[in-house]
Amino acid sequence: MVPTGSSDNVFAYAPAPESRAIVDLQPSYGLFIDGAFVDGNGTPFKSINPATEETLAEVAEADERDVETAVKAARRAHTRVWSRMPGSERAKYLYRIARIIQERARELAVLESLDNGKPFRETRDIDVPVVAAHFFYYAGWADKLHYAGLGTSPRPLGVAAQVIPWNFPLLMLAWKVAPALAAGNTVVLKPAETTPLTALLFAEICQQADLPAGVVNIITGAGATGEALVGHPGVDKVAFTGSTAVGKAIARTVAGTDKRVTLELGGKAANIVFDDAPVDQAVEGIVDGIFFNQGHVCCAGSRLLVQESVADEVLAKLKRRVETLRVGDPLDKNTDVGAINSAEQLARIHELSASGEAEGAERWSPACDLPSTGFWFAPTIFTNVSLAHRIAREEIFGPVLSVLTFRTPSEAVEKANNTPYGLSAGVWTDKGSRILSMANQLKAGVVWANTFNKFDPTSPFGGFKESGYGREGGRHGLAAYLAADEQDGER
Amino acid sequence: MARIDVRKTYKLYIGGAFPRSESGHSYEVTDAGGKFVANASLASRKDARDAVVAARKAFGGWSGRTAYNRAQIVYRIAEVMEDRRPQFVTAVRQAEGLTAARAERVVDAAIDRLVWYAGWADKLTQVVGNANPVAGPYFNLSTPEPTGVVAVLAPQESSLLGLVSVVAPVIVTGNTAVVVSSYERPLPAVNFAEVLATSDVPGGVVNILTGAAPTIGPWLASHMDVNAIDLAGVAGDAALATDLEVAAADNLKRVRRAPAAEPDWNAEPPLTAMTDFVEIKTVWHPIGV
Repeated sequence: MVPTGSSDNVFAYAPAPESRAIVDLQPSYGLFIDGAFVDGNGTPFKSINPATEETLAEVAEADERDVETAVKAARRAHTRVWSRMPGSERAKYLYRIARIIQERARELAVLESLDNGKPFRETRDIDVPVVAAHFFYYAGWADKLHYAGLGTSPRPLGVAAQVIPWNFPLLMLAWKVAPALAAGNTVVLKPAETTPLTALLFAEICQQADLPAGVVNIITGAGATGEALVGHPGVDKVAFTGSTAVGKAIARTVAGTDKRVTLELGGKAANIVFDDAPVDQAVEGIVDGIFFNQGHVCCAGSRLLVQESVADEVLAKLKRRVETLRVGDPLDKNTDVGAINSAEQLARIHELSASGEAEGAERWSPACDLPSTGFWFAPTIFTNVSLAHRIAREEIFGPVLSVLTFRTPSEAVEKANNTPYGLSAGVWTDKGSRILSMANQLKAGVVWANTFNKFDPTSPFGGFKESGYGREGGRHGLAAYLAADEQDGER
Repeated sequence: MARIDVRKTYKLYIGGAFPRSESGHSYEVTDAGGKFVANASLASRKDARDAVVAARKAFGGWSGRTAYNRAQIVYRIAEVMEDRRPQFVTAVRQAEGLTAARAERVVDAAIDRLVWYAGWADKLTQVVGNANPVAGPYFNLSTPEPTGVVAVLAPQESSLLGLVSVVAPVIVTGNTAVVVSSYERPLPAVNFAEVLATSDVPGGVVNILTGAAPTIGPWLASHMDVNAIDLAGVAGDAALATDLEVAAADNLKRVRRAPAAEPDWNAEPPLTAMTDFVEIKTVWHPIGV
């Protein structure tokens, strides 16, 4: 870590914490069903700040009866209001929501940082602005659906069941809710049990926007609630972002039904650095690829494949850069790496990292003071990793980078594709023809060339192979919520 | 004395060759009236696995061809079929019990379907791809790519038009296919395999197994090196279709679900016949000097 330095060092570190006063948390939250907050029938649970382990609020748990009520409310809103409303009017609601998100951006960013543990700098500069951008982008689609490539009168699917993860709570909500609403669907969304609070604030924003009751319903709970929701027969569309294991379970649940499904699941992306890459930019990209959001990113560049001839140089520069990362208080605007989201996730990162050492990889972390309360994990780099190691195969979902080397482009492709996942990949080289050749051969839904971890509402995102199916973002993300004007499923 | 017929042995089509089933099993094929026509190979689990290996081996080369070249080859299939039109008319009449006139219309529709799909090879990317105007200095392009090896359970009733309608969209987009033919009407599929073998289609791009979808289907649905499955051949059997979809979840295969009843294959196919078997890949690159 950066030494604190003496007091006469004008560049010495000084904390710059963002005030949390802007967030007005209630002690407890109900479920948001049919336009109002109601009590849940399940056992309420607490959402904590992973940086301090303090309780932020108590949240209701939705059981099967609550799921039933929510799906019914969404169905009613779909048939009576939302699907009948002209697209141009739906658009105005979405624009309104986008504007309110911008107006309340600071509040959302602070709350996201508190509930998730991610650095405020990221929630302020990335999460929340991209959330607003998603609503703006899809708002504009609502009255242009006949240009989406699905014929002259594409239809909404109906009620969408949406289950989202804890790594980008509000951003994943936006990825799900904005296209669904633009296309004329209504939604029942379940945020992750460790990060429900920004979704509940979003429910307040829906009220503030006077969005018709039942168009957006937000029910909180854990796995059982999600299971009840995706399995509910009144649901026409399931959209899930999360682990591959749960994604497979959902695929089994919906088998034999007419439900349409999109799954955004795990990843084990290769970030490939060639010997002619601009090394300093590549190092920034590697750091951004794996340490952004504590590595809690399904498309994280968790496997660095570096060409043997430059491996020493790249690693030396990488370690020097990682030593400057500041780990700590998420609300401190200096912080690069925040808290791990939960004790459970921290245990998983510890377990997989231990397996890396046990299987013979070399572990390195910068000297790093971690706070005494909360969940923390120092940025970690494993070298001498082989493809067979668990840390090269399993998704760690933490700030842990596995480094492998290669000699030829074809070996890089072989190693990069040697995984059941296929969400993203990175390529670093100055040679244009090589970028395009690698991009063609990599089995990944998103390929970042000389950049990494870039997201945009207009850009489709989603995986090959066991990273799931369907796309979110762009025109393709819209199409995932529409049926062509012919009978859906027709051959 | 009447001349003794030279009867044909109907075999499987795997990796560009015509092997018998490794199991040694065959089954009796009758015409629509129930009269014995021939013995067909009864494909086994091992045959299905061999076919997957052949399809995987062929995938790199086939998906790497230019779209123009794939279009040429799919059009060539149509040409060769047209040349052998009387044979297909006979086979369809025999299998489906149609009048000569109706069988001719079916064969014409199958050939025309191939011509239609041939034209898609170099257009799908333009129709479903996108340049995306991201809010930053980046070039950003989304294009479709083939999913990989696709298991195709071909329709049971429409032995030729249905077959062509499920195979063509899979291969024209750059995938390779392991096809299970109609069980009771397999011979048009064997004739089709013989056309494929003489139409510049590389060996392994299409593999055709004659046999029963309920017995081979589960092995293909659960095979970890199959990327997608079309369940057209179990239309109407909701229980089996559900089982296959559940098995397909093991490696998250893309599933084209079974319709409630076999559709009218004469209708122009929807785009999803192709897009269900492609992946959208998005490539980013910074713009700068």
